Amino acid sequence: MNQTTYILLVIISLAVGERARTALAVDFNAEVRPILSRACFPCHGPDGAARQGELRLDTREGAFRTGKPVIMPGNSAKSLMMQRIHHNDPQFRMPPTEAKQQLTHRDRETLARWIDQGAVWGEHWSFLPLQRSPMPRVRRGDWSRNPIDDFVLARLEALRQSPSAPADRHVLLRRMTLDLMGLPPTLVAQAEFFADDHDRPDAQERLVDRLLASPHFGERWGRHWLDAARYADSGGFEGDPPRSVWKYRDWVLNAINGDLPFDQFVIHQLAGDLLPNRSSDDQVATGFLLNSQQDGGSEPARLDAVVDRTNTIGTVFLGLTIGCAQCHSHKFDPITQHEYYGLFAFINGADEVKHEFASPEQLTRRDALVAQVAALTVERTEYGAKLSAEQRKIDPGYQERTETIEQLNRRIPTFESALILQAGSADRVTTTFVRGEYARPGESVLPGVPQVLPPLPEGPRTRLEMARWLVSAEQPLTPRVTVNRVWQQLFGRGLVETENDFGNQGTRPTDPALLDWLAADFSREGWGFKRLMRRMLESSAYRQSSYRRLDLEETDPENRLFARQARLRLEAELIRDTALSVSGLLSTRLGGPSVFPFQHDGIMINRATSAPWTISPGEDRYRRGLYTHYWRLTPHPQLQTFDAPDSMTACTRRQTSNTPLQALTLLNDPTFTEAAEHLARELLASECSSEAARVDLAVQLCLSRPPTDEERTVLRELLRRIRRGTGDATPTSGSQSDVTLVEANERTAWTELARTLLNLEEFLVRE
Amino acid sequence: MGIQSKTPNRRQFVRTGLAGLAALPFGSGFNTDSLADEFAQASRFGHQPHFAARAKRVIFLFMLGGPSQYELFENKPKLREWDGQPISADLLAKMKFAQITEQRPSLLGTHVKFGRYGESGAEVSELLPHTARIVDELAIIKTMQTDEIPHHPAEVFLHTGTRMFGRPSLGAWINYGLGSESADLPGYLVLQSGMRPRTKGSIYTSGFLSATCQGVPLRDGAEPILNLAPPAGRSAEDQREVIEAIRRLNSLRGALTNDPETVSRNQAYQLAERLSGTAAEAIDVGRESAATLAAYGVQSNQPSFARNCLLARRLIERGVRFVHLCHGDWDHHSHLRQGIASQAFQTDQACAALIHDLKQRGLLDDTLVVWGGEFGRTAVGQKTANADVGRDHQISAFTMWLAGGGIRAGQTVGETDELGCFPVTKSVHVHDLHATMLHLLGLDHKRLTHRFQGRDFRLTDVAGQVVPELIA
Repeated sequence: MNQTTYILLVIISLAVGERARTALAVDFNAEVRPILSRACFPCHGPDGAARQGELRLDTREGAFRTGKPVIMPGNSAKSLMMQRIHHNDPQFRMPPTEAKQQLTHRDRETLARWIDQGAVWGEHWSFLPLQRSPMPRVRRGDWSRNPIDDFVLARLEALRQSPSAPADRHVLLRRMTLDLMGLPPTLVAQAEFFADDHDRPDAQERLVDRLLASPHFGERWGRHWLDAARYADSGGFEGDPPRSVWKYRDWVLNAINGDLPFDQFVIHQLAGDLLPNRSSDDQVATGFLLNSQQDGGSEPARLDAVVDRTNTIGTVFLGLTIGCAQCHSHKFDPITQHEYYGLFAFINGADEVKHEFASPEQLTRRDALVAQVAALTVERTEYGAKLSAEQRKIDPGYQERTETIEQLNRRIPTFESALILQAGSADRVTTTFVRGEYARPGESVLPGVPQVLPPLPEGPRTRLEMARWLVSAEQPLTPRVTVNRVWQQLFGRGLVETENDFGNQGTRPTDPALLDWLAADFSREGWGFKRLMRRMLESSAYRQSSYRRLDLEETDPENRLFARQARLRLEAELIRDTALSVSGLLSTRLGGPSVFPFQHDGIMINRATSAPWTISPGEDRYRRGLYTHYWRLTPHPQLQTFDAPDSMTACTRRQTSNTPLQALTLLNDPTFTEAAEHLARELLASECSSEAARVDLAVQLCLSRPPTDEERTVLRELLRRIRRGTGDATPTSGSQSDVTLVEANERTAWTELARTLLNLEEFLVRE
Repeated sequence: MGIQSKTPNRRQFVRTGLAGLAALPFGSGFNTDSLADEFAQASRFGHQPHFAARAKRVIFLFMLGGPSQYELFENKPKLREWDGQPISADLLAKMKFAQITEQRPSLLGTHVKFGRYGESGAEVSELLPHTARIVDELAIIKTMQTDEIPHHPAEVFLHTGTRMFGRPSLGAWINYGLGSESADLPGYLVLQSGMRPRTKGSIYTSGFLSATCQGVPLRDGAEPILNLAPPAGRSAEDQREVIEAIRRLNSLRGALTNDPETVSRNQAYQLAERLSGTAAEAIDVGRESAATLAAYGVQSNQPSFARNCLLARRLIERGVRFVHLCHGDWDHHSHLRQGIASQAFQTDQACAALIHDLKQRGLLDDTLVVWGGEFGRTAVGQKTANADVGRDHQISAFTMWLAGGGIRAGQTVGETDELGCFPVTKSVHVHDLHATMLHLLGLDHKRLTHRFQGRDFRLTDVAGQVVPELIA
């Protein structure tokens, strides 16, 4: 090919490309709205106070205003908007030169093309009702197990890509067990599954059923929910006082295990105290809102907490950053400051009360005792008024009174308690706050919901109506946000990557049809959480291998197509749970007050208020990580090191870091070395015909699969090298002390092998 | 958007926090040298300042509790003259107190004497004889302001720019912006002496930034970092064998999964091993000369502010980006005379020695040192029954100083009224201090952002202006 031909070819291909590009229809929501949102909304968006030139581009009416129109559909050259964007004089050019967000050449071209094609407007995708798309057609019908697969496969086929092979059986068993129980499969569970797998085609479905029926399912998915609920066992801020809220935690676990439909799950947590025929359990559920950190009893502190509760509802159910509208109307989304305080007003009226679990008689008896002690104390003070401090110590009358008081004090019972919301415990008028400053109340506000969302039904407007509205049939956000979060947990990234921002600044769903199908299938078929779980786990998409594929590294390195599963590092609690589980130390007891496992000295010192960390006795020391007492001011270091959320605000996606401090924890922390020692003892006590068999057993326990030959070689070499380091293991005289020495050396060698396994990357990852 | 968005492999980078290892071609083996190169390249690519930096690292001397400026830097003859007189109603109406409830509190003149020092002629009290000798290296700000009057929110505000707990601290933001320079040590270390910060980890948390930006507190005693040493009864050789076996097994699995995370996990273990090896050496002040120990006033290997100042120098020499010293308690509501003399004595010599030492070693030019508390103290006395008089919290004007790292030394910025209650010229808000510190480090405080819960957060929230007077 000569030079001229080459250049000619390039020109032709460029021209063809250009024509193809101009002809391509612009998708308003996908291409235009993000540009407008980013570059124009700050001054021409929902925030009326910041609006310039009486122009707003976030609504159809605003963009196509009749007075001084800015957009002439079909003619970008005549549209004032494009004229200003292309203006030669920087003084008139849009966006202004000092604006943070500028337009790229491509942005300008997209806008022009959109106008030339007729400027078709569309509402923001997440505010639209759930869309029912026709089921896509796929060529490889044998791959699909359910509609999820049809959607995933259709997209892959359109891009001439193929899904990954199914994961290895061992990997799949471990993946499902970790995903649903948060624990690795035991040897018994492994045997059960493989026996089933040998005989029955539905072995995997049966496995899912077993896992969903396990009470550990509630622990696993309850903990995800507690992240969003910013659960902690203390109040935060300076005092960080302890709080008895574990009953709420247990309520969540039980609700999930009992498969309480998700709409009821939401209603109970937001308004359990307002339900007709409510039980005390229903009231405990309202702990969800009360988990805010709280800084004493002042009015600003209370308002801070109500702000946090309002924002939490925005993040967790609506997937909207409504908190932005606390100080001014939202810059990007159609939520005014007034509307923010409309939501705020629903929860501003109720206060928290400490609910004690005791019969009225028990409480009366207790209160009588308390009153008696108070009276006696007053009487003693009067009696002792004339006595000096020294005299009091020896005066028989004074001493007798003291003893009586102490005896009575010991008889005062303490009852289990929880924080619950109590409706009507306060009668407050809600106002906006100018610039969010509590000292500057603005106009008064009645409870209400943002106009862009479906309206509340006529009638009373209490928290209960708000809760019901969140899960009403017309409400598209709650089901979308919820299924997206579940997908994120099981596939490593959401269909909407910004799982807490479904607004204009968030990312669009990679597969809107799949998202809406899942949301509809969830919300219109009874909100069954376990059903949703089963749906996802039965799909071929879920069961793919997670190994990275070189052929996808260029086209889809972030796995937006879900052409493979994801390798996910286990959460902080699960890393310890898993180590305790394989070593045989784990206590599987469910629920109850939070516990205090081993923690290094010096973590709790010099708090403003002292806080206890007395290591729990017995098996409580080895309970699952979600039961570890969480002090907001001084969280357990292991939780912190492995990215557990700080419980300050709702957390809908944990970070995953990889630091040397994590390596040090796994290598050297007594929690993990104790697990390794215990595992070594178990291994040595087990009946194995050979060292190789024992190595295989260790790997099977820790990684739920047999080792490869190479791995076995590495591990046996490790044993050899450790033994050599600790002295020759061959007894010379056969005396008692030699035997003990040999035993000790063996224990060391196997402990080091166990430590190695507990530190493997594969051990920390759900593949 | 944040700086890190410039890297093509930002996500991987943020997740591993160690290196942009995703760029490694698969099957390239696990050669550590090439990894180190990758790391260096990724660092250069991923962490570029917005503009030329004057400072590369920071030592932040946090004087917790709120030191009284009237006994250290603010010489107010009128206050001494009117000692004991009730404060004027006008002034009282404008003042805020944390604890004083007295209807009409009285002015409290100081008992200490002041002198003028250096070519700059800065005024320093007799309680700081060593600091007096380095005033020409300092920019003293007399008109610092903060928003929060109780300790807890004020501590958090000084470090994170907001009263809300859980937001990233200054040191975390700086590590987020610039990355770590050290291959062996974390980029953000915290050294504590005397009373611990009231809000504990809340002032050195990474908040919503990556855990790799988190301040790591060095602990007193034999083990400066949690779990640094192998478990009791395990030899160093065995530990090496274990780490080597982990590396080999991870590599075998990595060849199958093709996951770059496996590679970075191996690298984390290498770093952990190096950390175990170097941290002990880095914090061993016994390796310093007798003359140096004497200059700082380090008595022994016992924990003290002086020892921490010396450690700060050793740590920044080893590439630590942000060294955070916390010392207290300066909260003298009562027993001011005795209390402040004691705190000044515990800190003065070491502060001066640190500046002098950094200068001698050529480190002061690109090391920014900042001294100050979460607020200052009132001109009026606070009376407590059966206790010597003290001063309450003051947020409208207090003193901090900066040294090194591109600041204009030998000057005082801002002037307060005759009683030191309010600024009369240039006030410097905590947000302004943060903006200026970031500026000196080559970071634009408006561009150093991180997207969290749908919003671009920054250290200075929606405020902050670089203070040009502070910059050389």
